[in-house]
Amino acid sequence: MAEEKKLFKVKIDNISVEVEPGTTILNAARQIGGEIVPPAMCYYSKLQGSGGKCRTCLVKVSKGSDADPRPMPKLVASCRTTVMDGMEVSNITSPEVLEARKGVVEFLLLNHPLDCPVCDQAGECHLQDLSYEHGADSTRYEFKRRTFDKVDLGDKIKLHMTRCILCYRCVYTADQLTEKREHGILGRGDASEISTYISQSLDNDFIGNVIDVCPVGALTDQTFRFKNRVWFLKPVDAHRDCENPKCCGKTVLWMRGNEVFRVTARKDKYGEVEAFICDTCRFDKKDVKDWIIEGPRKIERNSVISQGHYVNTVKPKDALVEVLDGRQPKLLFDIHSESQVNRPDIDLSKIHGPAHSDDFKK
Amino acid sequence: MQALTNRAKAVDRRPMTFMEKLYIPAIAKGMSITFKHIFQRKATVSFPEKKRDFSPVFRGLHILNRDEEGRERCTACGLCAVACPAEAITMEAAERKPGEENLYREEKYAAKYEINMLRCIFCGFCEEACPKDAIYLSETFAPANYQRKGFIYGKDDLLIPDPKEGK
Repeated sequence: MAEEKKLFKVKIDNISVEVEPGTTILNAARQIGGEIVPPAMCYYSKLQGSGGKCRTCLVKVSKGSDADPRPMPKLVASCRTTVMDGMEVSNITSPEVLEARKGVVEFLLLNHPLDCPVCDQAGECHLQDLSYEHGADSTRYEFKRRTFDKVDLGDKIKLHMTRCILCYRCVYTADQLTEKREHGILGRGDASEISTYISQSLDNDFIGNVIDVCPVGALTDQTFRFKNRVWFLKPVDAHRDCENPKCCGKTVLWMRGNEVFRVTARKDKYGEVEAFICDTCRFDKKDVKDWIIEGPRKIERNSVISQGHYVNTVKPKDALVEVLDGRQPKLLFDIHSESQVNRPDIDLSKIHGPAHSDDFKK
Repeated sequence: MQALTNRAKAVDRRPMTFMEKLYIPAIAKGMSITFKHIFQRKATVSFPEKKRDFSPVFRGLHILNRDEEGRERCTACGLCAVACPAEAITMEAAERKPGEENLYREEKYAAKYEINMLRCIFCGFCEEACPKDAIYLSETFAPANYQRKGFIYGKDDLLIPDPKEGK
């Protein structure tokens, strides 16, 4: 044996790359990186069998391979199409692809509600990014959008079926990560919906990961519900020694002051988690003392989450106390004496679910 | 000495003539300027009795709006706070409970909403950012106060009265 594997030469948007046989076009593009990577709403590299549902990753294959140089007759989903030797693919260089993607975004948004101001996913939502970058400004849809009631999947996860784009990522997560799968998709076509079937509570140990894999705000963290907007929180890398052997314990804490508002897995630049975390880490360890903090998480400059992160600032030395022989300067006004927000006697992060009117009446 | 600018004028240091020593023409000239202003339009208004009109784009004190049914429009989305260059706005959100539908328009609302008028620069970005038409800058000045704590505006200061309660 020891025969060297033959690498396939692919050209994506006129950039050549050599990849192993069996690689999909999407993964070949990710090896190049940059803006030529097709967006993906349903494909998730950590989940087997995912992809092929959302059609946002459509690309044009202008040359099938060296052996058969005919172009593919239609645009293909790059997450499900494997490369051939000598294949030529165009993504952002093809106006046809951009036009098709615009149409796909319009389709994805057909039934998606315009409730971003209420949605907890806003600011880290892939559909928001996708429609901002690829979508049209308005919809041509004039009919009633399909609506569903909100469902509590257990007491930790909230399902907003109205926001779902049926990417099946959560179904694969429940299938492959947890020991027994208790939720899937019911119904067909326009009527299909994510459900636990007879509203069974999901108490599997890794089920919280469906929150992280959900590209929209359909599955959200009930313990973080309405607590704060993500861009007012400071994400920090942290880890702990998790007893669960399958859990890596490496997480991102979303903090405000010393309060841990929520815990998520670390996500890479494609929005995919680096490693899955268990539910104990995610839901039950909301105390700084449980964690070893590594430092602030790097957030991309174009993300709204990076607002208010004043990195590398140098605080000037205040010589006043020294000059006054240790006397503290007399404050004219302490904001906490008057402000009704961030009251020390109300720890929002300690309330299990969303805060209600009676939580503030104390 | 070299002049710093080309606009400098040399002072005339010649001794005064007889006409100049009389001073009367100079006084008459000065008084004519003074009396001319009696007949001109006044640059000031006598303020509390008479008030100037605001410019149509004037940005004054904030209000939080309600909808036609008197429900609070604000849903605590945080876009005003993220748009605020002075970081004057803070809020805390809560979930609407069953039975509170007549109070809040959306399922999420601002339980606490605060504008620090000491920080506010009245740029109006919050009004522009608001997706729910909830915050508006009115045509009123923020009133002066002797103490700083009077400038922390909570929801009871900002929210307009319920139109249904007046009837």
